[in-house]
Amino acid sequence: MSRRPEHLAPPELFYDETEARKYTHNNAIDFDELRSKIQVLKRETYWFKIYVKNYLTTSLVTNLIQTLFLKYDMLFLEEILRVALEREVGGDLILGDMGQGMPFKAGTFDGAISISALQWLCNADKNSHDPLKRLYKFFSTLFSCLSRSARAVFQFYPENSEQIELITTQATKAGFYGGVVVDFPNSTKAKKYFLVLMTGGAAVLPRALSVNETDSVVPYASRREQMKKAKGKYLKNSKDWIIEKKERRRKQGKKVSEDSKYTGRRRCGRF
Amino acid sequence: MKLLTHNMLTSKCLKGVTVGYPLGIVVSFRSVYNFKAKDIKVSEVDFNSEFIARIIPKLDWATLWKAAESIGHVGELPQTLIQDFETNEEFLKKVHHVLLEVEVINGDLLCPESGRKFPINDGIPNMLLNEDEV
Repeated sequence: MSRRPEHLAPPELFYDETEARKYTHNNAIDFDELRSKIQVLKRETYWFKIYVKNYLTTSLVTNLIQTLFLKYDMLFLEEILRVALEREVGGDLILGDMGQGMPFKAGTFDGAISISALQWLCNADKNSHDPLKRLYKFFSTLFSCLSRSARAVFQFYPENSEQIELITTQATKAGFYGGVVVDFPNSTKAKKYFLVLMTGGAAVLPRALSVNETDSVVPYASRREQMKKAKGKYLKNSKDWIIEKKERRRKQGKKVSEDSKYTGRRRCGRF
Repeated sequence: MKLLTHNMLTSKCLKGVTVGYPLGIVVSFRSVYNFKAKDIKVSEVDFNSEFIARIIPKLDWATLWKAAESIGHVGELPQTLIQDFETNEEFLKKVHHVLLEVEVINGDLLCPESGRKFPINDGIPNMLLNEDEV
């Protein structure tokens, strides 16, 4: 049986009271990653004012918001909203459906954050749900309610590479720039996917975290050298290459001059 | 629901609605002993002048004033925005009170074009749409 929560039940059933409580209490799960991403963002942008966020880790974002003197939350599921209400998070709460669009006026927000919500949009829980349309509706309405040079960061759990493709195409179709950043790509446990989107033109994506920095660079150059050695080919126009070529032609039965100490040398200037 | 939230909310996600702004507020009544009182909570929130000064240019002032008047908490807020609001601490405090400290607990939001009602329960507006409204 699949262990992905999207396959078990629609979000409004899955996030019952126990599940909601679990997520609002275990803030440590996502805290570090998100904080690091925020710091990256904070360094690069002036400030954000408001986050549109989903239902999880309420107080986490509230803490961050307080440090950036921002107070605003947007929550999406009733059960989690109720838990959030009990815990008295800062800001204000709204009940809505991401797939139906963001009910905000244009250019309101300077940033958006979401943890583990995007993958729910890729599932059709009702007959009327079309994941493609819902994703596009979400991204296009989010784009319009963000100001220029705003950023949106989504931490999500994609099921497969097709799902990443699906999400990023809809985001770019809606007008966003950006891409997917993967933290700790070689680890199964610490691996985290972030979709980083920008509104005001292409900008540098935040650097992904990894154990050692060289991991994120693919060693193409050295690999090419190795491949060459493995194949056993010589550098073109070198003496070894000429000797090998002559040998090959000799085997083909062609007329080839004899090898000597002058083979592969440059002719002198007079010639 | 705080009035800051109300200032940002629209109903344009409804099918056939183009602007959907500003939403009307209908506050329901609760009975306090034998009297009926509007279901509004006024609480104290820490004042941050920098935040208020930054949020004011993003607000639709006329909408804020009308919303505050319709729920009876307009206080001494002027109908038009004053010029040098960044330096006027007293003015910022008044705006802070209306924006963040007054909360509508139970009531309805009204779409100006279709008349659709969005219920507010326990201070949370419910913006969920039915399948035929998307």
